Amino acid sequence: MERTLAWQIATVTAIRPETAHVKSFTLTLSDWVEHRAGQHYDVRLTAPDGYQAQRSYSVASEPARQSEIELTVERIDDGEVSSYMHDVLVPGDQIEVRGPIGGYFVWQAHLGGPLLLIAGGSGIVPLMAMLRHRAASGSDVRTRLLFSSRTLSDVIYADELAHLAAEDNGKVEIIHTLTRAQPPDWSGYSRRIDRQMLTEVAAPLGPVPKMYVCGPTLLVESVANSLVEIGLDPAHIKTERFGPTGGVPRGGQS
Amino acid sequence: MPNGFISRGFTGRRRQEDVAGRLPPGQYVTPDFPVLSAGPTPRVALDEWQFRIEGLVTEPAEWSWEAFLKLPSREFVVDIHCVTKWSKLDTYWEGVSVDTLFESVTFEPQGMFAMVHCYGGYTTNLPLADLEDGKAFVAYRYDGKPLAPEHGGPARLVVPHLYFWKSAKWVNGIRFMETDRLGFWESLGYHHRGDPWLEQRYRGD
Repeated sequence: MERTLAWQIATVTAIRPETAHVKSFTLTLSDWVEHRAGQHYDVRLTAPDGYQAQRSYSVASEPARQSEIELTVERIDDGEVSSYMHDVLVPGDQIEVRGPIGGYFVWQAHLGGPLLLIAGGSGIVPLMAMLRHRAASGSDVRTRLLFSSRTLSDVIYADELAHLAAEDNGKVEIIHTLTRAQPPDWSGYSRRIDRQMLTEVAAPLGPVPKMYVCGPTLLVESVANSLVEIGLDPAHIKTERFGPTGGVPRGGQS
Repeated sequence: MPNGFISRGFTGRRRQEDVAGRLPPGQYVTPDFPVLSAGPTPRVALDEWQFRIEGLVTEPAEWSWEAFLKLPSREFVVDIHCVTKWSKLDTYWEGVSVDTLFESVTFEPQGMFAMVHCYGGYTTNLPLADLEDGKAFVAYRYDGKPLAPEHGGPARLVVPHLYFWKSAKWVNGIRFMETDRLGFWESLGYHHRGDPWLEQRYRGD
């Protein structure tokens, strides 16, 4: 049954850098409920004079992790909430959150596959929750992740993604594209995601993969259009976009 | 500050005094126009486009694109508020007031609730009272240009006094009903009405 989403005070128990601009925050919740992979939480900051700022952040951790969630947050230069989380928060601090929120951009193991996940930058976060959920629940659905980052050092969760792929008998494949700079020995894609790349990445999954696309607006718009153009079913394409402001809006229709 | 919680070390560096009174709780002003939608952008050919008012009305009304453009149009300058926390002030639209569309139909007295339908399958629910008396319009131009597909073109509903998910993109009709049913986001945990000034973001708010 649906409950009212009350604000609660969470405790920051760990902060882990993922890249130069991205950190993961482990929050312990007194009123924890199991989320679904792909959902988000709202974070609210309150100043001494009562001024408040709120933003939404996707949950990165798998639902099976009891009593805590992990949010992975990219620091946006003029981002009021992300810069606070990056620059001020330390383990032991408290922070107000409510969630989980959003019931459309979600994947649960019983929904099956095959899964085609496409991420740009920090758009990987809700998809990582799906990959972690897939692993934790013992699902063996064939899964391909196409992940666009600027440079190798901007790849969020690089080690864990490599580990997931190595561990799973080829059922999880991670395909990277680096759009700005590539190391000398780079053998992956070196351009923005385009139709040709999507055709190559989607082909092994057959005609009806379940598709989840998350990233900046322009990437998602272009990828979703291309997926439709190469003949995949729009009804199986779920998208989440964040605007050029760099906030991470979730849900909504705007 | 209902529970008195203060975020250690947070002062809020972006207080926007000049917009005092125009920003609902928990919102921030963005100069951009972010795009959010749940799936690919539907492409609608103008010669196939249509808009219908149906359900509990004595006679359904229907417009082709050509007929819709002949309806009296006007300019609207409104503030919009997205549930994902951004607000955009003084947005400039052109289109047709929903009141103008309603002049073409006679409502059955029990048809007090509307479901807005869209190309691509999106729906959102509103009571009739939130659509009439100058509260809503169907826009086909934004910022002096035809409304772009990613922002809901050819035409979108705009209901500025409610969170922007009620302003359905790619709109193609309004169906009137006796009872309030839930639209797409409303059935996925979002508030059934969505008044930003009451911060009705999620069910139960």
